[in-house]
Amino acid sequence: MENAKRKYVIPGDVITTAPFRPEQNVILDGKRIIATVVGTSEIYDDSVRVIPLAGKYSPKINDLIIGKVVSHSSLSWELDINSCYVGFLPAQDVFGRDFSAHANELTSKLKKGDLVVARIANSDRSRDPLLTVSDRELGKIESGELVKISPSKVPRLIGKRGTMIQTIETATGAIITIGQNGWIVVSCENRNGLLKAIKAIQMVDEQAHIANLTDRVKLMLESSGE
Amino acid sequence: MILGGRDTDLVLLDKNGIRCDGRKIDEPRRIMIKAGVLKNADGSAYIEFGDNKIIAGVFGPRDVHPKHIADTDTGILRCRYHMSPFSVTERKNPAPSRREIEISKVLKEALLPAVMLEQFPRTVVDVFLEVLQADGGSRCAALAAASVALADAGIPMRDMVSSIAAGKVADTIILDVNNEEDQAGQADMPVGYMPNLEKITLVQLDGILTQDEYKKCLETAIGGCKLVYEIQKKALTDKFFSNGGSA
Repeated sequence: MENAKRKYVIPGDVITTAPFRPEQNVILDGKRIIATVVGTSEIYDDSVRVIPLAGKYSPKINDLIIGKVVSHSSLSWELDINSCYVGFLPAQDVFGRDFSAHANELTSKLKKGDLVVARIANSDRSRDPLLTVSDRELGKIESGELVKISPSKVPRLIGKRGTMIQTIETATGAIITIGQNGWIVVSCENRNGLLKAIKAIQMVDEQAHIANLTDRVKLMLESSGE
Repeated sequence: MILGGRDTDLVLLDKNGIRCDGRKIDEPRRIMIKAGVLKNADGSAYIEFGDNKIIAGVFGPRDVHPKHIADTDTGILRCRYHMSPFSVTERKNPAPSRREIEISKVLKEALLPAVMLEQFPRTVVDVFLEVLQADGGSRCAALAAASVALADAGIPMRDMVSSIAAGKVADTIILDVNNEEDQAGQADMPVGYMPNLEKITLVQLDGILTQDEYKKCLETAIGGCKLVYEIQKKALTDKFFSNGGSA
């Protein structure tokens, strides 16, 4: 990452004509590698990619995400996961393998509007992404404040080896759950800390492209505190 | 055409090569584009193209309704070009006219080669184009705005689509036909162009041109599209990269 060559691009911009490997959000046109979204292009080693600045979340297997229940049938829930598809959470996943559509009422566990931390179990072009909550830290979120940021800025919020999020958490005492889809739940005993953490997250969202952001956030957290 | 009566003794091109609105033959009207003007749409753009004022709003990719028009292999694109009742001198009936339906269709087809819908099977991208004030060449202005709005929405595109019209008045090929020239001129040719891929996505022609004139007209329009492209580029750069520069 350190020696990546970065450039701001818009769709159609030629990033390079060198024989590199095209990765995310670029296309190969003859010898030219062309960006397909607005964002920052990165060249490192022999590959070229564009980190988008706008757009919806595209589900990837094993991503930790936060979803909101929008509806349910007798066998499954549907979750809004800030993507172009709805997340599909089967009832067996919550009730266990002896789930029966007659005996169990789905709304007893998850109602419309509930927030859920889930993992993407499967995702392909032919079906809606399959979610799972069968893991220790997964499941319904009981309390906290939902903050929405652009999914492309999630890596920035986490920072290098989690430095950014650690800075915010230690300074405010908040517990922050980050979904890869750009939805974040912040919970904090202290009201002031909650507000500060939310402000810091929004600051990262707005100023994601600025260097030394961790220091700026630190400064902001310290200045408005006490 | 819906727009009012015409001056019969209008001089479209004087002997100094100056057109009825004071432009030179290869000079476009003033163009201004702003990206991200609507809060509720996924992507948006506002364009002022001479006296045209158009807002473009983009939604998607999102669930298709009604479900039966969804395609399991690829996403679909829907486009609606609409003129507001107050966009012309005489009130325009807000119901979609034959002309608006046609323009919606050609704009959809002009955007399709650029938008990479195959990445989003079973979804739809909706493009809404609202003409607030109409002057000649509103379809070109709408196309340019639509492409900025799509980029603003973060929808993957092979290239931007730039667009401008060329035409023929007083036996001369001119760039960017305005309303007067469209009414009284000899030909009007709207062109949509992908400047980096060097591909044409829209050509219409109303009027009669010889083969040589046709070539010249197309070249003039492509040259104009490149000017529009720079303005589109600036609109996106201003929105996404203005605060903080290249830090």
